[in-house]
Amino acid sequence: MPQITYIGRRLISLIPVLIGISIISFLLVKLSPGDPIRLLLGPRATDEAVAAVRLAYGLDEPAWRQYFVYIGNVLEGDLGRSIRYRLPVSELIVQFLPRTLFLIGYVMAITIPATLALAVIAARTQDRLADQAIRLFTVLGMSVPVFWLAVLLGRYFGAELGWFPVSGWGEGFTGHLHHLFLPAVSTSLWLIPLLVRNLRGALIEQMESDYVVACRAKGLPEGIIFRRHILRNSVLPTLHLLGIMVAFLIGGSVVVEIVYAVPGLGALMVGSVIGRDYYVVQGLTLAYAVGTVLVTLTVDLLTAAIDPRTGR
Amino acid sequence: MIDATAGPAPAPRRPGTAEIAVGGIILLGWLVMALGADWIAPYDPNAIDLRGILGAPSPAHPFGTDQLGRDVLSRVLHGARIDIWMGLVGVLAPLAIGIAVGLVSGYFGGAVDMAMMRLVDITVAFPFFILVIAIVGVLGPGLMNYFIALALVAWVAYARLIRAEVLVLKRAEFVDAARTLGFPHRVILFRHVLPNALGPILIYAWTDALLVILAGASLGFLGLGAQPPTAEWGVMIADGQPYVIQAWWICFFPGLAAVTLGLGLILVSDGLARRHQVDQ
Repeated sequence: MPQITYIGRRLISLIPVLIGISIISFLLVKLSPGDPIRLLLGPRATDEAVAAVRLAYGLDEPAWRQYFVYIGNVLEGDLGRSIRYRLPVSELIVQFLPRTLFLIGYVMAITIPATLALAVIAARTQDRLADQAIRLFTVLGMSVPVFWLAVLLGRYFGAELGWFPVSGWGEGFTGHLHHLFLPAVSTSLWLIPLLVRNLRGALIEQMESDYVVACRAKGLPEGIIFRRHILRNSVLPTLHLLGIMVAFLIGGSVVVEIVYAVPGLGALMVGSVIGRDYYVVQGLTLAYAVGTVLVTLTVDLLTAAIDPRTGR
Repeated sequence: MIDATAGPAPAPRRPGTAEIAVGGIILLGWLVMALGADWIAPYDPNAIDLRGILGAPSPAHPFGTDQLGRDVLSRVLHGARIDIWMGLVGVLAPLAIGIAVGLVSGYFGGAVDMAMMRLVDITVAFPFFILVIAIVGVLGPGLMNYFIALALVAWVAYARLIRAEVLVLKRAEFVDAARTLGFPHRVILFRHVLPNALGPILIYAWTDALLVILAGASLGFLGLGAQPPTAEWGVMIADGQPYVIQAWWICFFPGLAAVTLGLGLILVSDGLARRHQVDQ
């Protein structure tokens, strides 16, 4: 069963990555200037109080022991406390996460169908007018700063035409859809070009492969070759796109949440960096990385399930 | 039969030439404007004129004035310096580290390779922008710390690319020959392997410059990159955001500048990629 051994190997390869992620997020607070406990307790804390918390967090121990204390806490779901919100970081993340997930789901709902359509059209009309037009769009889209696009779209469709709200995230499902429309579109307009370029290349590669030549030799019409053979073989490149998307989706959500004042993880991240709320920055960075690793893992496992040749 | 009247057939243009030419002209134009900003810009980019705030584009101020009456055109031109500088340093520093790691890792293999590739796996597990923000958060906002964050994070892409090339090249006959002739590793690596491994890396570098500039401008916009009153495009867009309804030009022109610079970078990258594809 090569697939089982592949899954096993893939899961084992996670261990060093997860350990590495935890070390890096540990170092983020460890290496930050200033005493995080002083920040946590405020300027008027007594030395005894500071000493007590230092002891509780194990900050008087050598660094490697501190790391194990940190890991122990993380495994119990304790990511430390926020200075600004006076709440456990894990609670904050749970509170802010749904907005970002909603935004990311929204962006994907726009991005994936649009990417598929544009990439298929571009690949089928390779180097002809439609392909050139799509190429122009992708080149322009990639060079646009997403926050700039967001500010301008907000001004025109939000302030001038009044079609969409330009801040917050609304009430109820339709409220969210309405409020997050412009943020989702801004992110998509920048993400689609990136993905179309990627998928178009993969499709063209399929179109030039031996099995397509064989189909043509058999006399199959181009349309059937494309739908029955090329599209089916393009499931894997598409799935692979999802893996590429995650990091860009997360990065894009950060700026867009700031522009449109969406109270999501990205806005929390930036606010915490500016407010020197180190444990929130640390916890979020860890959470983002673990999330990304899980998505990549899912994509790899799905790929292995669809294509048994993977990983041999 | 040879037709003596026809001149020599025009050499077929190499693919990608048009893109490289157009992109190159755009980039050259920006470089000239950035270097000559002191002479080209009509005003001092930081000269405040409180009697002329939020002025619409006019012959005296083609791009208008901002909330402090500063000339937007002059600020865009001076901003080009910062943003091009960001692209330059933000690519070259990770490139240098990536080349060093990739060469050693790919050529010598073994435990160093294992350790380096694990480090690469760990770094790419973080979403790029999040890790950069987190590092800048720890070090404090500013351009210098953005460069440090990039050097820590962005080298992995180059290290991977170089390593993949080196793994192929070190089995090439000419490298074997160099080894047989008894050249030291240093000479083989830098004179024989590196020049041949650079092709795909240089194509990627142009796209990477775009990503680095856009990420840097995003940091400026978020208040974590270049600090006001520095004329940096992201900072300028953040400055203009509160006034975008009555004075769209404060936001609009710096962003347009970024788009054109980005266009130049992508065109050059695309052209080089096409050329490389054909050469293979």
